[in-house]
Amino acid sequence: MRQYFRFIVAGIAGAVLWWLVYSQLAPFAEWLTFSVLALERGSHLGSSVEFFVFEAPKVLMLLALVVFGVGIVRTFFTPERTRRILSGKRESAGNVLAALLGIVTPFCSCSAVPLFIGFVTAGVPLGVTFSFLISAPMVNEVALVLLFGMFGWKVAGLYLGTGLLIAVIAGWVIGRLRMEKHVEDWVFETKPGGGAAEESPSWSGRIRLGRDAVKEIVGQVWLYVLIGIAVGAGIHGYVPENFMASIMGKGVWWSVPLAVLLGVPMYSNAAGIIPVVQALLGKGAALGTVLAFMMSVIALSLPEAIILRRVLKPRLLATFFGIVALSIMAVGFLFNLLM
Amino acid sequence: MKKLQILGTGCPKCNALAEATKIAAGELGLEFEIEKVTDLKTIMSFGVMTTPALVVDGAVKVAGKVPGHAELKKLLGATG
Repeated sequence: MRQYFRFIVAGIAGAVLWWLVYSQLAPFAEWLTFSVLALERGSHLGSSVEFFVFEAPKVLMLLALVVFGVGIVRTFFTPERTRRILSGKRESAGNVLAALLGIVTPFCSCSAVPLFIGFVTAGVPLGVTFSFLISAPMVNEVALVLLFGMFGWKVAGLYLGTGLLIAVIAGWVIGRLRMEKHVEDWVFETKPGGGAAEESPSWSGRIRLGRDAVKEIVGQVWLYVLIGIAVGAGIHGYVPENFMASIMGKGVWWSVPLAVLLGVPMYSNAAGIIPVVQALLGKGAALGTVLAFMMSVIALSLPEAIILRRVLKPRLLATFFGIVALSIMAVGFLFNLLM
Repeated sequence: MKKLQILGTGCPKCNALAEATKIAAGELGLEFEIEKVTDLKTIMSFGVMTTPALVVDGAVKVAGKVPGHAELKKLLGATG
């Protein structure tokens, strides 16, 4: 009991400290830029520096907090548990569940194939498995935090909602096409083995795992985040608006398919693509087009196609890519229309 | 002699696990042979869905992450 008490106190102290620092970031940025560095208010350099000094620690702090929280949530979900929940579920409900579970189940892209095989051989319907495989890499907390930190909750919410929608619809459509015959035959010959011994970590174990997640993920992406914010700061201070509006603006209907097609050969994780997103949005590109581009880069990639080729026959692989690409385009169009 | 197998298709985490395992086993003074398994069918036969994974004498000890040094030593030592 004593142990829990210490954790709770430490947790509250940590949260209060985090909040204090966070709320002082804006005034600190202003003070540093205009008092200490004595830059001129309203100048390009002044704007850029203030932007950077404010945004960089803000985004990193948000990232650390969310990765920690999600890291702990993930300790409650293992792939084995997800598989057990999804196996035998009907389509539709199964697709929605799979997409949601994709967010909280730990997923590394190197595990895509073993996961696919594990799910399919355990009785998870093909379409439901695909919903999971689409949502897991695309809708992740790093992408959401970065979008929230740099563009606000509306954009982050949009990304989350449309990402899930795409995962559900694309997975459902593939399920309806009944393409089980197009999975490589050897996949069905593998017997679902016992798997790793499943032990539930204690609360201190969970907190440690959350901390490990922060070290690992923030350690991986911090440089990209800083680059992204530096790019954003430059744009914020120097580039006139509407620069990109002619090519990627709302009036240009073919910007959405173009963006999706451009995204396919490109591969990046969520953090790496954010500088590009920032540059495009800052220069007047339409939100729907940019989101479509981002999703296409993350969800559709040549390396992923090569990996998945080991378990999917060409027809199914092409169908998978095609349907996901179309869904992303549809979403891009929809948003350009609505916003 | 303990048979240690690292299951993984070659991503950096799999190499990290292999290295960490070698170090931990060395520290425990174990007699061991270590094998990297990259063939998917074999990996699946262990029922592992998330790589990297560590198999000791045929039993899957950990999957999906690279455990800390202390935890690794415990996992390697535990199987008598």
